[in-house]
Amino acid sequence: MKELRTDILVVGGGPAGLSAAAEAAGIGAKVLIAEGDLHLGGQLVKQSHKFFGSKDEFAGTRGFEIARLLRDEIAQCGDRVKAMLNTTVLGYYPDENVVTAMTGEEEYIRVSPKKIVIASGAQERLIPFPNNDIPGVYGAGAVQTLMNVYGVVPGKRVLMIGAGNIGLIVSYQLIQAGVEVAAILEAMPRIGGYWVHAAKVRRLGVPILLRHSIARAVGDSFVTGALINGLDEKFNPAGPPEKIDCDTICLAVGLTPSNELLWQAGCKMKYVPFLCGHVPLRDKNMRTSNAGVWMAGDVCGIEEASAAMIEGRIAGMSAAAALGFKVSAGDFEKYHLRLKNLRAGEVGEKIRAGVADVTVDGWEADA
Amino acid sequence: MNAPKSFESGVLTEERPGALKPPADLWNKHKGGLVIVECPQRIPCDPCNTSCPTGAILAFADINDTPRIDYGKCTGCAMCVAKCPGLACFVADLTFGDGMALMKIPYEMLPLPAKGDNVACLGRVGEKVCDGRVENVTEPLKDRTRVVHVSVPADKVNDVRAIRVV
Repeated sequence: MKELRTDILVVGGGPAGLSAAAEAAGIGAKVLIAEGDLHLGGQLVKQSHKFFGSKDEFAGTRGFEIARLLRDEIAQCGDRVKAMLNTTVLGYYPDENVVTAMTGEEEYIRVSPKKIVIASGAQERLIPFPNNDIPGVYGAGAVQTLMNVYGVVPGKRVLMIGAGNIGLIVSYQLIQAGVEVAAILEAMPRIGGYWVHAAKVRRLGVPILLRHSIARAVGDSFVTGALINGLDEKFNPAGPPEKIDCDTICLAVGLTPSNELLWQAGCKMKYVPFLCGHVPLRDKNMRTSNAGVWMAGDVCGIEEASAAMIEGRIAGMSAAAALGFKVSAGDFEKYHLRLKNLRAGEVGEKIRAGVADVTVDGWEADA
Repeated sequence: MNAPKSFESGVLTEERPGALKPPADLWNKHKGGLVIVECPQRIPCDPCNTSCPTGAILAFADINDTPRIDYGKCTGCAMCVAKCPGLACFVADLTFGDGMALMKIPYEMLPLPAKGDNVACLGRVGEKVCDGRVENVTEPLKDRTRVVHVSVPADKVNDVRAIRVV
């Protein structure tokens, strides 16, 4: 078994993890990134739309271009950052401070890091409905991977479930790929994603049906359609179901933090609906109740990649500072301010409330 | 299928902060056109301001503010049309002549239209508003967001928000 030592182990090479690695290495720490996929960038690599936010978070730049910029930044750090691809972290043993991982299906690795930044992201939620086990029922992440990473369209006519940003963006990308979007269903009385994303697909003729949900998938050996229902105030089906012809049903009904390692690390956790699951208590520099473990990105609450990148920078810097690497005066404050600005709008309201619920004083890094 | 034309489902149905139209007197005579912005929700985003070469789209005190415009400075250059991640900026030049207006509309679909093509001009729920003639296709930021210059009847500039290649 391969044994590795490093100053900081970053679990996950997405926007949060790469930002943490770049920041920690930027002030001198040696960083090892463990990434389960075959490439760095996380979900950014399949984001073909331009990002929101400010210039500092690459606003107006397409997601996959942001992944390239972050990879370039990592490359600039020379051998202070090493990335292990195709490497899944399997467990964390706090008593020995050992992380186990596996590269491919053969090679086991033991990593002994001085500090850990967990940026393991999120997993998709799914909703149950009859007949949902036939081919043609997808999560939105799978549809994006097929389309935007591998160049394969999932079908010819898609019913999208969920009008959050992912449902709206993936619908737009499906149309770009030449796929028809039959409709977008949203159980709530208003879209959950940015209004401008909804306006983009509306003006291309895609209906968004509010207070609607899927009743069942239709088809014997693969999807040939779906029955949909209007919903009443209590989210119960109202009125007779309507049939929609489609060969693909795409679920974009939210994400939940991939928090298993944080549980293993013994971090104090709390269920916070606004952050979409169980998340660790944290100080303002992203340190958990386990003094050797930091976190950043969706694993500590579902939010936009722009926020994940700033959280990553804060976590990476704080973890490096705890090892004695010197942080320039004002750097933490600069990132705290950028995060605060991003969350200041009406769409940041739930995030603000959720983060306030789990933020504590007094765990700030002190070597 | 009957989808509601409601603001809550992504359709601009009434005047709102952040949904901006040029003042009529200036608009009628301004060569090159003026910008229309339909960005009526407070979200953290400001590239329209940072991409504007003349300062017409005013700086944001709070990045979540909806855009504000000094129409006296707008040249209709359409840099914001190309840059806006929400595809929420459009330019309309009412001086095109013969009762026609030239609209500059963001376009990220395939196939690309070519100069001289007739395209279908679509409204806010994808309904066909009118035919249009493609006068030019540019790629100001070389990032695959095209700006399609299309001539439409001048009385349709408040309705046309997309094109479809036919």
